[in-house]
Amino acid sequence: MSEEQDKPSPAIDYLQLTKDGLWYNNPGLVQLLGLCPLLAVTNNVVNGIGLGIATLVILVISNASISFSRNWVRKEIRIPFYVLVIASNVTVIDLIMNAWLPQLHWVLGIFIPLIVTNCAIIGRAEAYASRNEMLPAIVDGIMMGIGFMIVLVALAALREIIGSGTLFINAEVMFGESAKHLTIIIFDDYKGFLLAILPPGAFLGMGFLIAFKNMIDQGLDKRKKSSLSAIPIAVENR
Amino acid sequence: MEFKTDNSPFTGSASTIGRVMRQVLYALIPGVLMMFYFYGWGILINIVLAILIALGFEILSLWLRKRPLKPFLADYSAIVTACLFALSIPPLAPWWILMIGLFFAIVIAKHLYGGLGYNPFNPAMVGFAVLIISFPLEMTQWIRPEFNAGFVPSLFDSLRIVFTGFESLYSVDQWDAITMATPLDDMKTELKSGHYFSEVMGTSHYGFVSGKAWELISLAYLSGGLWLLYKGIINWRIPVSLFLTLAILATFFNWLTPDTHQSTLFHLFSGATMLGAFFIATDPVSASTTPRGQLFYGACIGFFIYMIRTWGNYPDAVAFSVLIMNMSVPMIDYFTQPRVFGAKSREES
Repeated sequence: MSEEQDKPSPAIDYLQLTKDGLWYNNPGLVQLLGLCPLLAVTNNVVNGIGLGIATLVILVISNASISFSRNWVRKEIRIPFYVLVIASNVTVIDLIMNAWLPQLHWVLGIFIPLIVTNCAIIGRAEAYASRNEMLPAIVDGIMMGIGFMIVLVALAALREIIGSGTLFINAEVMFGESAKHLTIIIFDDYKGFLLAILPPGAFLGMGFLIAFKNMIDQGLDKRKKSSLSAIPIAVENR
Repeated sequence: MEFKTDNSPFTGSASTIGRVMRQVLYALIPGVLMMFYFYGWGILINIVLAILIALGFEILSLWLRKRPLKPFLADYSAIVTACLFALSIPPLAPWWILMIGLFFAIVIAKHLYGGLGYNPFNPAMVGFAVLIISFPLEMTQWIRPEFNAGFVPSLFDSLRIVFTGFESLYSVDQWDAITMATPLDDMKTELKSGHYFSEVMGTSHYGFVSGKAWELISLAYLSGGLWLLYKGIINWRIPVSLFLTLAILATFFNWLTPDTHQSTLFHLFSGATMLGAFFIATDPVSASTTPRGQLFYGACIGFFIYMIRTWGNYPDAVAFSVLIMNMSVPMIDYFTQPRVFGAKSREES
């Protein structure tokens, strides 16, 4: 593409990338991208981990390939090109999961092919991978993917504990027969709270997670401000 | 808020939120007494417990939101929510049902949206909808009205059932004999299994127009509602349009196939039709505010009540209908703005 993007960018801050992906610019909690699969499959933790890993892998591969080919693709056709790359990646992952994790594939169903439409992936391709070199793009993909997975797992754990009183139910679907004992029954004789399993529970849970994150951020801000105000000059400069 | 003025009008309105809410509570009294007569102590335990829990959640949310306690507690809105909620769940329901329902009603449906006046949904109905979706079994076990089974648990027994579960007093079989589906629910099952409407109405726990207990309870609510209308607390538009729509639909289908569809009066006098039309749909915060909008709002609630009762899976439909229409209120209000005096109407301009 243009000249300036070919210049080696001045020292990429990997720490900042990590912080952004995991917290400050988290695709699930801050960018609010890819909410459809996020809300739909998080009935239990295993589904969350399954979709999280699939998204992570696709994010890394697509970021890498888009960053790799960013100099050859004309600006006008970049969106169809991204879609093509992401769709072929998703198809590969879909077939791999079908071959090795058929049960999980069956449980996640349409949401594996639907990763193509996950805005988090095309968003990272457009916003980061197409402007940066391959290594930072891969790191960005990993961090964003992990950030997304954390939200998936957190929401899924919340809904599974409240909804059915268990954790890691159906763990054998993903980790093989030996993982059966991973299932933790938190409350014995729990009647289940159907609302948490149903879609309204996903929306409510997501709302509470975002509120919780904002609360922590506010707390951090306050602390930063109070430590700033300890230096009187800094306050006056403002 | 008291608007005292030195010039005309000299008869200032003394109506405050607390006063209006108190009058709504008075209007509920006949219905509560009638339910107490048929269902025994369970209904009073529900109300007292619900008020205590609701006030607890109200104080908790006000404290979390750093709002002053006194003015918000004095407006009685939490108590009205608690009463409407308590009247819509089965008597002798376990205590945790009330806890969960009121948590969703007060904390989520009311305070997360900004407190009284900002809630787009009727709090009591949100609590009820959450419960009927999550715990359909507990929410449909109404005990038999007193004169059917000769069963009225004493106050002490009722408290034990509420707090420790019915298992401590009765076996599952006994409990099944004591409880029954509401007439509305029961009628639906019977009609589905091929019985005729007139045939089912002839059985022992149906009275003149609907379930023996429910027709009288509905009458009591009707009288309370009429008193509210007389006092000018509520407006006639919502209840009247609701009843009319429900009645027209019910009459039409009953005229089409009288054997498989409930009669008009059955629809009007069973379930929560009366309670819903006068006390729930008319909630000033979540209902439509324009005159034409209120007519449309009430009519749509009536329409949905009939639809869900007849072709839906849930026994009663007032909660869902009210919630669906709550969602549409901003749009209804937008399209039914009355013409401002001196301005041209939307069509002309």
